[in-house]
Amino acid sequence: MEAVLELRGITKRFPGVLANDRIDLTLNQGEIHALLGENGAGKTTLMNILYGLYAPDEGEVIVRGKPVQIEDPGDAISVGIGMVHQHFMLIPVFTVTENVMLGKESLRFGDFLDRATAAERIQDISDQYHLEVDPSCFVKDIPVGVQQRVEIVKLLYREADILILDEPTAVLTPQEANELFKIMRSLVDKGKSIIFITHKLREVLDVADRITVLRRGAVVGSTTPDKTDQDSLAEMMVGREVQLGVEKGKPKVGDVVLEVEDLLVLDDRKQLAVDDITLDVRAGEILGVAGVQGNGQTELVEVVTGLRNPLSGKIDLLGTDITHASPREITELGSAHVPEDRQQDGLVLPFSVADNLVLNTYYLPPFSEGIFLQQDAILESAEERIEQFDIRTPSALTPAGSLSGGNQQKVIVAREFSRPIKFLVASQPTRGLDVGSIEYIHKRIVAKRDEGTAVLLVSPELDEIMELSDRIAVMFRGKIMAVVPGSDATKEQIGLLMAGITPETGEVEKSKRSKSKRGSE
Amino acid sequence: MSDKPTEKPDAGKVLLEELNGGPPSHLPLSRRIGRTLLIPALAVFSGLVLGAILIAFTSQSVYSAWSISPWEAVKAGINEVRLAYGALFAGSIGDPARILDALRSGDSLEVRRAFNPILESLTASTPYIFGSLAVALGFRSGVFNIGVEGQIFIGAIFSAFVGYAVTGLPAIIHIPLALLAGALGGAIWGFIPGWLKAKTGGHEVINTIMMNYIAFRLSDWLLSGPMKRPDSFNPVSPTIQPSAMLPRFFQSPIRFHLGFFIALATAWLVYWLLFRTRWGFDLRSVGINPRAARYAGMSIVTVTIMAMSLSGGLAGLAGANEVLGLNHNLAMAFSSGYGFDSIALALLGKNHPVGVILASLLFGTLRTGATRMQVVAQIPIDIITVLQAFILIFIAAPAIIRTIYRLRTPETEEEEGVTIRGWGGG
Repeated sequence: MEAVLELRGITKRFPGVLANDRIDLTLNQGEIHALLGENGAGKTTLMNILYGLYAPDEGEVIVRGKPVQIEDPGDAISVGIGMVHQHFMLIPVFTVTENVMLGKESLRFGDFLDRATAAERIQDISDQYHLEVDPSCFVKDIPVGVQQRVEIVKLLYREADILILDEPTAVLTPQEANELFKIMRSLVDKGKSIIFITHKLREVLDVADRITVLRRGAVVGSTTPDKTDQDSLAEMMVGREVQLGVEKGKPKVGDVVLEVEDLLVLDDRKQLAVDDITLDVRAGEILGVAGVQGNGQTELVEVVTGLRNPLSGKIDLLGTDITHASPREITELGSAHVPEDRQQDGLVLPFSVADNLVLNTYYLPPFSEGIFLQQDAILESAEERIEQFDIRTPSALTPAGSLSGGNQQKVIVAREFSRPIKFLVASQPTRGLDVGSIEYIHKRIVAKRDEGTAVLLVSPELDEIMELSDRIAVMFRGKIMAVVPGSDATKEQIGLLMAGITPETGEVEKSKRSKSKRGSE
Repeated sequence: MSDKPTEKPDAGKVLLEELNGGPPSHLPLSRRIGRTLLIPALAVFSGLVLGAILIAFTSQSVYSAWSISPWEAVKAGINEVRLAYGALFAGSIGDPARILDALRSGDSLEVRRAFNPILESLTASTPYIFGSLAVALGFRSGVFNIGVEGQIFIGAIFSAFVGYAVTGLPAIIHIPLALLAGALGGAIWGFIPGWLKAKTGGHEVINTIMMNYIAFRLSDWLLSGPMKRPDSFNPVSPTIQPSAMLPRFFQSPIRFHLGFFIALATAWLVYWLLFRTRWGFDLRSVGINPRAARYAGMSIVTVTIMAMSLSGGLAGLAGANEVLGLNHNLAMAFSSGYGFDSIALALLGKNHPVGVILASLLFGTLRTGATRMQVVAQIPIDIITVLQAFILIFIAAPAIIRTIYRLRTPETEEEEGVTIRGWGGG
């Protein structure tokens, strides 16, 4: 097998951090090479070096046997390297053709754009690799999965044959992800080579030909899917044995804690986001809400936590009507909320860890006496909880913003879990976290359940929902498609429900879906 | 949902974060202070250098000397700058030789005159301290109070009225009463745009500017009618009662009065409020991250109204200070833009009460010295305005200073400061 790309001894230092430590990586012609590692392991730095966004301090890049200097993305493209970023670089109000042409316009009569020729080529590329991209559509009108394929078309249009896909499945449903894997396969069958960056173990085992694992900036090992399994990959990633999957016993279900009836909620754009939802959560159980992001879960959580007013319907928490209650009233009833966006909602980043730990209790004794904050009490409690929840921080006075994502999330978990709570809303509690932190937070959630807390868990990560939930409610376009028991739910069944396909409706809902709200985000 | 367009960093927000970023609190105190003062100090220095160049280039004598030789022109320029900055120093801090002479002669009037410049500088700094505390408190709480100037006028009107119309009170009651009246007036003028923002979303930047115009014309009308001194042709209010006048510490010509110490005490109170009380916790949380504040159960509506009212109240104190301490009456256009300069000073002082005091002292000093510079060196007073503008540009664009002096960009980007939500954004 012939190597199309070789990285030799790539080293990159940032102030105080060795982001890449003498990394060697070989990509063979026609293979899918997975680059696996936790957040902060150096995957993205390495790829940015390859793409000309950073210059390496040491090491060399060899493309098809020739050493190359890649100083900007233009250089990368000219040696055939193309990258699909996690966040798409598309202009929503332009058509597919226009987006693909951007930066490599085909012209005629001097300066006039030749859209027809470009569209023809895009159609050819699309047909050749089964991408099913319509060149005349506006990007804002097409679903996320197709937008991703537009990004791929962009690379193929520029004749890239080394494709780098950075966390490509983060925004996809399981079915869309499978589609993508098929496309990746057809790309390598036609001679392309792919570097596939991910932290999802299952995907790696499904699609990769070879796997390289990074940890703390260095290569810790290389393997192939047939020689490894999820557990050993996780161990390589984290550097210690990791327990994948949480051990949890049967739930001891108690009384109804949260009761939602006929709930209608509008989103910021005054569109109906939650469409007539009725559900309940009982003490001692985890109700998981599955669904592709943007199907009303955010709004549901906001209403339940008092951050948004519903259009109509009724919400009861522990027998109290909280339909129009304020967040503070709901918190004081014994409710806790791990918000979806920890940096935007859960923390005041420039505040110290200690202040963030009392963000919703600072006004109560012992943290306040009269109008005065009791710094000593706040600090003392912070020290305790830093210890208890193993928050890695230089001190209690360190700004929360300078902690790692996992530790920021631990601050929130420490704050919310160390109060006596009866109801917990956890919205994407492990988003962007590494395997070790995920394991930790999952254990804490299950422990809360076992203490008799009612848990509403919302996550677009199907694995997380399946692993933790006692019951699973699947949301699609503001409606609950079905509530199934967690123990006998299958991934395929939930995945179909997430796409709006129920056994009764079959394909009907799917056709409507191409115009779903996700496409415009 | 993290990719909503509204969450893109907006330029104004980034800029203001950069401006107001306090030092990360885990560094040792001395280094923190050093880091905090470095950029402002270099900005002032650079401003003075540019001001010097400007003085040289606008000087007639330099151009005359140029016709002789370039070397003569350089010499003339240096001379001119020395004269100007010498006068600036003597006019604002004092002339050391004169102070020594005065002390030696023992003539008490001469001693007072010799020490007058520095005390006059402190007096001139006083309204700046109040005004920039007002702006800083607003910034810390996420509101941009451009209405300080108008709130100063309303505060002055209230305190002047209490000062002259209420009679027969002892000073120990009358002074606090008149000060509180000023604070109340300003607070009302801040409350209105605060309430409009919290309840209707009307942007405080627009509304405070409009409130300024209303305040200016209201004071004009009052001074030409209801509050006009009966025995005067000028639009001036009656003189306030002696019992309402802030005590002065020395005899004429020194005007230095109690107001300066009230300003320092107020700065301390503001510090206490912001950093030691739960109300301050509310204000700062909403100021930095209103979404997290709401999530944590704080009421954005209440906090916004409270912030604007408090900010207005502080501005009102600036007006009261001028009336009760300095002018002893209310005259038309008595505040020559203190309120607007205060915005700049709050930024220069990084919205910290201590920084704000230092910045106010700097501007009070420059303003006082400029008068003498105009008399002695024939340098127009406006050059000081330009110099101040240079300083503020450097403060507003610290990247320039970092480039000139080859400083490293701070590593910690998450610094406590202020977030101004974009126009109409919040």
